[in-house]
Amino acid sequence: MLMSLAGIVFGIGFFIVTQAQTSGFEQFFIRTILGTNGAIRIEDKIQSTIFAIAAAGHDADASKFEVAADRAGRKYIEGVEDPALITDALRKFRNVSGVSAVVQGSVIADSTFKNDAAKIYGINLEDHLAVSDLGSQIVRGAGGLEDFRTTPQGLLVGKVLADRLQLSPGDSLILQAGTEQRRYRVSALYETGVSDIDRVRIYMHLGEARSLLKKTSGASFIQVTLFDRDRAPQDAAKMEQVLRHGAKGWQEREKTWLEVFRALRVSSALTVSTIILISGLGMFNTLAMIVIEKTKEIAILRSMGYTRSDISRIFIWLGAIVLVMGTVGGWIMGAGVTYGVSKLPIRIRGIFSADSFQVYWSIWHYVVATLTAAVVVMTAAVIPARRAARLEPGDIIRGTSQ
Amino acid sequence: MSKSLSSPASLLSAPAQNAAAGLALRCSNLHRHLGQGEGRVHVLRGVSFEARRGHVTAIVGPSGCGKSTLLYLLGLLDQPDDGSIWISDQLMSNSSDLDRTAARCEHIGFVFQFHFLMLEFSALDNVMMPMRKLGRLSEAEMVARARSLLADVGLGEKTHRLATQLSGGEQQRVAVARALANQPSIILADEPTGNLDVTNSNLVFDLLTKLAKENGQAVVLVTHNPEIAQRCDEIKPMRDGQFC
Repeated sequence: MLMSLAGIVFGIGFFIVTQAQTSGFEQFFIRTILGTNGAIRIEDKIQSTIFAIAAAGHDADASKFEVAADRAGRKYIEGVEDPALITDALRKFRNVSGVSAVVQGSVIADSTFKNDAAKIYGINLEDHLAVSDLGSQIVRGAGGLEDFRTTPQGLLVGKVLADRLQLSPGDSLILQAGTEQRRYRVSALYETGVSDIDRVRIYMHLGEARSLLKKTSGASFIQVTLFDRDRAPQDAAKMEQVLRHGAKGWQEREKTWLEVFRALRVSSALTVSTIILISGLGMFNTLAMIVIEKTKEIAILRSMGYTRSDISRIFIWLGAIVLVMGTVGGWIMGAGVTYGVSKLPIRIRGIFSADSFQVYWSIWHYVVATLTAAVVVMTAAVIPARRAARLEPGDIIRGTSQ
Repeated sequence: MSKSLSSPASLLSAPAQNAAAGLALRCSNLHRHLGQGEGRVHVLRGVSFEARRGHVTAIVGPSGCGKSTLLYLLGLLDQPDDGSIWISDQLMSNSSDLDRTAARCEHIGFVFQFHFLMLEFSALDNVMMPMRKLGRLSEAEMVARARSLLADVGLGEKTHRLATQLSGGEQQRVAVARALANQPSIILADEPTGNLDVTNSNLVFDLLTKLAKENGQAVVLVTHNPEIAQRCDEIKPMRDGQFC
């Protein structure tokens, strides 16, 4: 029984730890991605296409247009035509905390060392700081954001790209868009931790980007942050309907990675649950053995007037005690190991940047672990309990005493 | 061998007569088969029996004659294939498992050849177990009664000893105290001295009969010990599933 108890403790403990870790990395990824690309992105104007025209017959009033209202009948026009108008409209949404119009384009970045493909993001710094963690993502550059703010030709370059081009703050960089070539100055290097971003993205002032890309009006997209990030899908749908522009919440945008994290979380939960399951089997065996060993005692209790339910309850209680002790022990172990793991140094770069194990504290990890253990342990207890209750005292005592 | 043989003639009107005659237990025409198929044995062949309050009845006979089977039927631990059993005024032979269990708790105390104590518990706890189930007394009252019963069987100083820390004779005395815990009207004892030396046998038997008589309880005991049987109020010899 002690081994089963230990198994329950370890099972619950590991369940909590693995869930805390996978959820921790997932939450960290979400924070990173929200801090870089915002909660909602508004891009591409929707134009409803006319797909059916009823031609006029002989009736004078029969001529009419039928306009498509469903997604299949939509046509998207690239970019946001009037960002000021859309920005104003977006700010009226109660859940919107920040809006930033971005002009985006492809360039060739040419340093003295080599050239490389890059994407420029023309931003209004103050607006963009409100919709991203750019301010806290600066990793090199003494002047940092202040230098960028005061230098019209200033650039914020992703750290991976800067390393490839061997750029440091203060260096100059030539950007080429089509036939246009201009020299800029690196104000600071930033690192989001998402290598796909840090490898290509260069931030520059919005006006400069318009000039370089020859996009005198409009925006490529509008980045939006929300007070309640979980409401992004509903808000995006509403924005799309009201603004007639495509709107994608972060859940839809990052669906692939979120599915990967979900699969990892479920997979680790299933794997660790086998420890609980094996402990449950061990407990089932132990209780079944106890029923066999204690048949005389069960018979004597029945002879005293204890009912079948009373006998059954003894074994259920035994299971419940193991469950309670195992749960409390598992919680303590889970919380302790989760705390210890959160202090372990580990350098992660790729889909996000972290220097220690990420954990996420959630009461639901404890609840689900407990429920899993409860189902396993109580099932393991109920079967022997029912077997014990079915024993006939007369048969047992007769077998013993004759 | 029989000191006095009970007449089964009046068994048909049992409930009414039970009370009048001070009968704690009656059975009529009990049949019981054990085993299955070719191994099926007709163990009890129409046994009728009655036990009076304050009387000690010994059932004797060779091994396999059906003594213990009868005792377990009377104790409602088993069900007859045919026949009737009345406990006090109630017909119990065909009642539900719950009713028979409740009747055991309230009306019947068992003493077995092996003490069957709960070894993980103290003598006091063992004696309190039937009382806990019956639930008529408060915790303090149960403790007081258990102490009193243990004192009656000479174990007043050992109430808190674990069952494992008691000798064989002491364990059986605890079993006697446990059987008397709920003040049952019937004490059924299956070879209660069968596992004890002469001194302890006499001690346990004397205790059982003395306490039962004082409380007006009917005692039915199965024994192979002729000396013990001779000291009972009534001897019922059995052979081949019937009283001789």
